[in-house]
Amino acid sequence: MKGTTQATAVRPRTDRWLTLNGWFVFAFLYLPIFVVVVFSFSGAQNVGIWGGFSMRWYERMLGNDQLLNALRNSLWVALWSTIVSTIFGTAAALALDRYRKWVSRGAFDAILYLPVIIPDVTMAVMLLLWFTQVGVPLGRVSILIAHIAFNISFVAIVVRARLAHMDPAMEEAGADLYASRWQVFRRVTLPLIMPGVLGGGLLALTLSLDDVVITSFVQGPGATTLPVYVFGLIRRAVTPEINAVSTLMVTASMILVLTSLAIQNRGQKE
Amino acid sequence: MTLTDERSSSHEETAVNPKLERKAHRRESWRGFLHAVPAYVYLIIFFVLPLIIVYVFSFASRSRTGRPELEGWNVDSWTRLTDELVRTIVTRSLWMAILNTVLCLIIGYQFAYWIATRRSQKVRSFLLILVLIPFWSNFLVRTYAWRMLLDSDGYITQIGELTGLWGRMLFTIPAVFIGLLYGYLPFMVLPLYAAIERIDWSLVEAARDLYASGVKAFLRVTLPLSKPGIIAGSILVFIPSLGAYVTPDILGGAKTTLLGNFIVTQFGAARNWPFGSALSGAILIVMLLATIVYFRTGGRTV
Repeated sequence: MKGTTQATAVRPRTDRWLTLNGWFVFAFLYLPIFVVVVFSFSGAQNVGIWGGFSMRWYERMLGNDQLLNALRNSLWVALWSTIVSTIFGTAAALALDRYRKWVSRGAFDAILYLPVIIPDVTMAVMLLLWFTQVGVPLGRVSILIAHIAFNISFVAIVVRARLAHMDPAMEEAGADLYASRWQVFRRVTLPLIMPGVLGGGLLALTLSLDDVVITSFVQGPGATTLPVYVFGLIRRAVTPEINAVSTLMVTASMILVLTSLAIQNRGQKE
Repeated sequence: MTLTDERSSSHEETAVNPKLERKAHRRESWRGFLHAVPAYVYLIIFFVLPLIIVYVFSFASRSRTGRPELEGWNVDSWTRLTDELVRTIVTRSLWMAILNTVLCLIIGYQFAYWIATRRSQKVRSFLLILVLIPFWSNFLVRTYAWRMLLDSDGYITQIGELTGLWGRMLFTIPAVFIGLLYGYLPFMVLPLYAAIERIDWSLVEAARDLYASGVKAFLRVTLPLSKPGIIAGSILVFIPSLGAYVTPDILGGAKTTLLGNFIVTQFGAARNWPFGSALSGAILIVMLLATIVYFRTGGRTV
């Protein structure tokens, strides 16, 4: 899209209004997060009042065993669910994009998209009923199973978008040069779809670290994740310690976004 | 889609021996199926079967202690959906979800349009990153931020009381609204941006050359061209708003119970799993209908 044609559509007065609205929306999006981050360094006992710079809430956070245990669970679940769902999701994307005709392809396509559009609460109810009915003990493993279930679809969508933009001639050239199927995949397909695979994996990681509703349904005694633990804290009472944990979580997600953007950027340049 | 069609037709041209070709086809389709197997099996066990069991439970009965029992099948849970209380909650959830979607659309459209019409590619990319960061940030944290901001001794409440414009907002409908709008606005902006950025502006120019007014050109050209983004964004905002649980739980009070909270209550304090299942089942049907509309109108391309 050329630069000059972009601007012709907007009249100066409209443009001034849009710019005003734009900065207002950015303020709306960022101020609340900013306030949380700033107040996490406040020494006051009360959440909304500034009490001088202090790191005491971070110290207290690091001394909270329950919180650290929840963080460990979160990382364990996020890591394994990301690995499994990235492999399954990528294979599913290949099955749908590279092979046009196979039995029940349409059904699979539909099943793969459903977890994306289903409300969290419904998915949580479904899995709780199923786990109690089949006899899966509620705990770290049941949380992992649930996270893989919703992550596969997101990975598949991201990888599929990448596959759609890929030139099939590359793979054909590889095959013409007597490369085996595996070699073609390993040397041609995989490197080309790598930004999509990594992007999907990062999305899965973020979603896993984010989830509250589904996890709170399928968690077991002693095995909860960080967001669910924090959710419990917020429901009981709002303390400045939550600000510190929130700052940590926002920082983590910002690192994830920037990483994923860097990966996608690199993919576009290639 | 067109890309893949071209690909399959080029394969057909190279056909030599029809028998060999058919065999190769069968092998290809078998390979495709094999690729899908891990995800397929996983989703059948941990998605499709759980989905079915929701409907099974919705016809179940309860023991005296409230434990669900898979016998004494009945439709009580479904008939309870027409209760006064349920109707109130469903109506409230629906209008809040619809209003939130409309508000997100109005604010998000102007916002996405603004970003998409910046001249330099660099500025556009930078602004887009600024949208992505809150989009990826933890939803719970973002909701909590408003819990803190709207607290009774927080600055917003103080300003409101000082100017007399608003009182204590926490645990009221407006607070839940702010939370929903804040939570889901980025979900609206991204698909809208994707759609608007793709618009060929020479079409708008052509309309203007043919003496269409600015408003008319927008309504007849720009708006229809951004339709896929509008549909995708609306679905992405409407569905989670309708099933919202975290936002009303943190920012709302007893009088702002939405469908999501009501369902969760059935599995907690109320201990009525069959009724909770019927509610979830009903929400699922609404969601499916919304999705069918989405696919019919071709919103999938976004």
